[in-house]
Amino acid sequence: MTTSHRRTQSHFLLNERLVFEEGAAGRRGFNVPVLDVPSQDISELIGPDLLRDEIAGMPELSEVDVVRHFTRLSTWNYHIDLGLYPLGSCTMKYNPKINERVARLEGFILAHPYMPAELIQGALEVQKMLEGCLAEISGMDAVSLQPAAGAHGELTGILMIRAYHESQGNPRKKILIPDSAHGTNPASATISGYEVQNIPSNKRGTVDFDYLRNAVNQDVAAIMITNPNTLGIFEDQIAEIAELLHSHGALVYMDGANLNAMMGITRPGDFGIDVLHINLHKTFTTPHGGGGPGSGPVAFKKTLEPFMPYPTIGRKADGTYFFDHERPQSIGKIKAYNGQFGMHVRALCYILANGADGLKEVSEIAVLNANYIRAKLKDVYALPYDSPSLHEVVFSDRSQARKDVHVGDIGKRLMDYGFHPPTVSFPLIVPGAIMIEPTETESKQELDAFIDAMLAIAKEADENPELVKTAPHTTRIGRIDEAAAARRPVLRWRADLPEL
Amino acid sequence: MRYIPNSLADRQRMLAEIGLDSIEQLFSGIPEKLRLRRLLNIPQPLTEPELVDYFRQRAARNAADCTSFLGNGVYRHYIPIIIDALVSRSEFYTAYTPYQAEIAQGTLQAIFEFQTYITQLTGMEVANASVYDGSTSLAEAVLMAHRISKKTRFLVAKTVHPEYRAVINTYAKNLGIHLELIDYTTDGRIDQKILASALGSDVAAVVIQSPNFFGTIEKTHDISEFAHKFGALSVVNVCEAMSLGVLKPPGEDRVETRTADIVAGEAQSLGVPMSFGGPHLGFLATRERYVRQMPGRLVGMGLDHSGHRGFVLTLSTREQHIRREKATSNICTNQSLCALMATIYLATVGPRGLREISEQNILKTNYAVQQIQSRTKHRVLFPAARFNEFVVELADDYRPRIERLVKNKIVPGVSLSRFYPELGNAILLCVTEIARKEQIDNLVDELA
Repeated sequence: MTTSHRRTQSHFLLNERLVFEEGAAGRRGFNVPVLDVPSQDISELIGPDLLRDEIAGMPELSEVDVVRHFTRLSTWNYHIDLGLYPLGSCTMKYNPKINERVARLEGFILAHPYMPAELIQGALEVQKMLEGCLAEISGMDAVSLQPAAGAHGELTGILMIRAYHESQGNPRKKILIPDSAHGTNPASATISGYEVQNIPSNKRGTVDFDYLRNAVNQDVAAIMITNPNTLGIFEDQIAEIAELLHSHGALVYMDGANLNAMMGITRPGDFGIDVLHINLHKTFTTPHGGGGPGSGPVAFKKTLEPFMPYPTIGRKADGTYFFDHERPQSIGKIKAYNGQFGMHVRALCYILANGADGLKEVSEIAVLNANYIRAKLKDVYALPYDSPSLHEVVFSDRSQARKDVHVGDIGKRLMDYGFHPPTVSFPLIVPGAIMIEPTETESKQELDAFIDAMLAIAKEADENPELVKTAPHTTRIGRIDEAAAARRPVLRWRADLPEL
Repeated sequence: MRYIPNSLADRQRMLAEIGLDSIEQLFSGIPEKLRLRRLLNIPQPLTEPELVDYFRQRAARNAADCTSFLGNGVYRHYIPIIIDALVSRSEFYTAYTPYQAEIAQGTLQAIFEFQTYITQLTGMEVANASVYDGSTSLAEAVLMAHRISKKTRFLVAKTVHPEYRAVINTYAKNLGIHLELIDYTTDGRIDQKILASALGSDVAAVVIQSPNFFGTIEKTHDISEFAHKFGALSVVNVCEAMSLGVLKPPGEDRVETRTADIVAGEAQSLGVPMSFGGPHLGFLATRERYVRQMPGRLVGMGLDHSGHRGFVLTLSTREQHIRREKATSNICTNQSLCALMATIYLATVGPRGLREISEQNILKTNYAVQQIQSRTKHRVLFPAARFNEFVVELADDYRPRIERLVKNKIVPGVSLSRFYPELGNAILLCVTEIARKEQIDNLVDELA
């Protein structure tokens, strides 16, 4: 390993205790304005039985204490502004700064969902505009922005499919799901009241069409398919799959997690999809925020429109927008109000910054970057499927496993080289899967540095496997004993916790 | 495009390394008949100054400058400046879900602190890393109570937020779960007589909200005790987390049977902007014995090989990425950044600040109630103790009156006719610590 590979150095990094272990009695971080109405005895107003005692264990801090505490914590995180985040299926791309600025405009953050329509025209217009853009990008007829995240969009879409079948007289029993699917797919189908039947993949990494043909019958409500699938491979028989399902009266749900591979290239609505969800926090650059908020609008064909969650956004003859609550066939509400509006503003800002040419370029370069990594690593890391890759490439740790070095170890060792690990051990159909999605916002230099790190680790795995198996060596803490943490879970601070 | 670093020359070099001549060849795996051979029909790209203008214009069409007395689960409280300053750090907002603990300790420790704060506020033993919002949190609570009890009959107070009830219904209706509404009394609380006649050994849980949709504070401990007598679980929803700064938490009592089994709720009030209804912050708390039936992410404390304390996502065998169709929920994300906002909020205001702010909500609301009672001909309904919302039955038709006020940029509250036709001419008002006395007086003048 040459030092040029190493992007990490030991760094001035402060330790910091839990907020509950900080501060001191009598400190204040905020002064409450003086009460400007007559004071009264709260106990008399509310009744002593309904009042609480002091909150035990809640710390008292000054403003400076709070700023220092959270700033110190922040320095312990890897994040996209620091470097490449090659997480397959997660589409960790740069989050434009202007998105954050416009989402914080007072007119947006002070808007209340129950304001009279004439006072929220701007918010409704933003939502309607985003609906229109997402419908065009996906090739669908209409959009609901209500779902709060991707899995929530799945649930919404499957419930709409169920409502459609019920309107035809029979909800049907089963949802078919390829074995390469995200875990949310079967979980969403189950809470929609369906049984799940797995469909195996073929040697090319796509749906086994012959198997599928035998599995489809009148009990099948829909297939949930990811395209491009989680191997980064386009399901080239998708149109035939859709036709097969439709010929049995069943519908086709698409997990749109990988939409970043195909904007302006191909559209789900044009290859037979009836409903899909779109992850705004993937393709459309709304920030991941350390695990959320996400946003998972659903886009669908006209046949499903009557069943979309209410309210929908309508437009009157005079051009003004309004919430339409009169939707008798709707599945109901999937969330209070109408979705993660702050994320809608950011996503629209991104779409308008790109335009049609820009979005197509996004997908083209996302695919170029993934294929560049594939070409540079395929001689060292095993490629379980040699079908063409789109936005992501899945390797396996087969070669490294001979020395007992596994994908998890390779991921941890990447941290020592200054990178976040790829998605590991998913999809489940690839033993020791290493799933890499660079996205379009990485430069050739950043990709080269990553490739060099991966090559160096492969060499280490061969020559000094112990070094990789005990990684990371440069992070604040080492690997946490997860089994022990789960055996006796400590899920909140208590005064008797061990000291730092 | 400015968000794509690679130049045309870079791209050519990369294509050459792959062994291709053109970008087009990268898409050879997509059948030609499925290719889109035209440009997407979306607007021409905007430059940064144009984007700023575009969104400023739209934001200006929302009335940020009006005096609003709207509540209904979305509350206007003061948000200290340092929250936005801290959550605007890229280290927090551009980080991924903390699956790789060694390089995500900042997010993990902050979530652990959030979980602790929620247990302190609710009096419960365990809280998860947050869920989408209050409405989905309550729906998850119902599904959780269904898994614990293996029963299907739920008694739900009619004073639970109507949109939350609609969401529960959407989640529950295909799982054989039956919801029965329990009416309210003239004092604004759940009708215990009706509840008593509906309770039986087949009831999975009683679901109430406090403060309820009318702003009335429920006697949650009495209801929990009552539910437990019949072997039912007690699920309490707290839509207005600010109330927990002063009100007795549903999970706290000397007698354990008087405490809730699950507390679900919405913590938008704690430092998260209203943002037209989202993103907000659902929380879910329970007893330790039910933790394995809980949905959503959980952060636990652990030790690394050198014995250093650290934090890690734990008990993930409940979750969809491990258990697939057998998971406790399909939920994958939490509202991490909003949970961070609430954590910073609570650290900033501290126990005394939180109490003072909560008390100001009660006092200002009470002042508004007294003023309306003494200076107008309208009737304030539901006399039981209230937090920061109350119902006013107007003496005249609400529509023209509300229209007149809205023209003057005062939003006096929302008509209850859509949710409670029996209260057709009543409106629900909310007065938080942010309402100044002169604004309350002005509203009362307009109503007089």
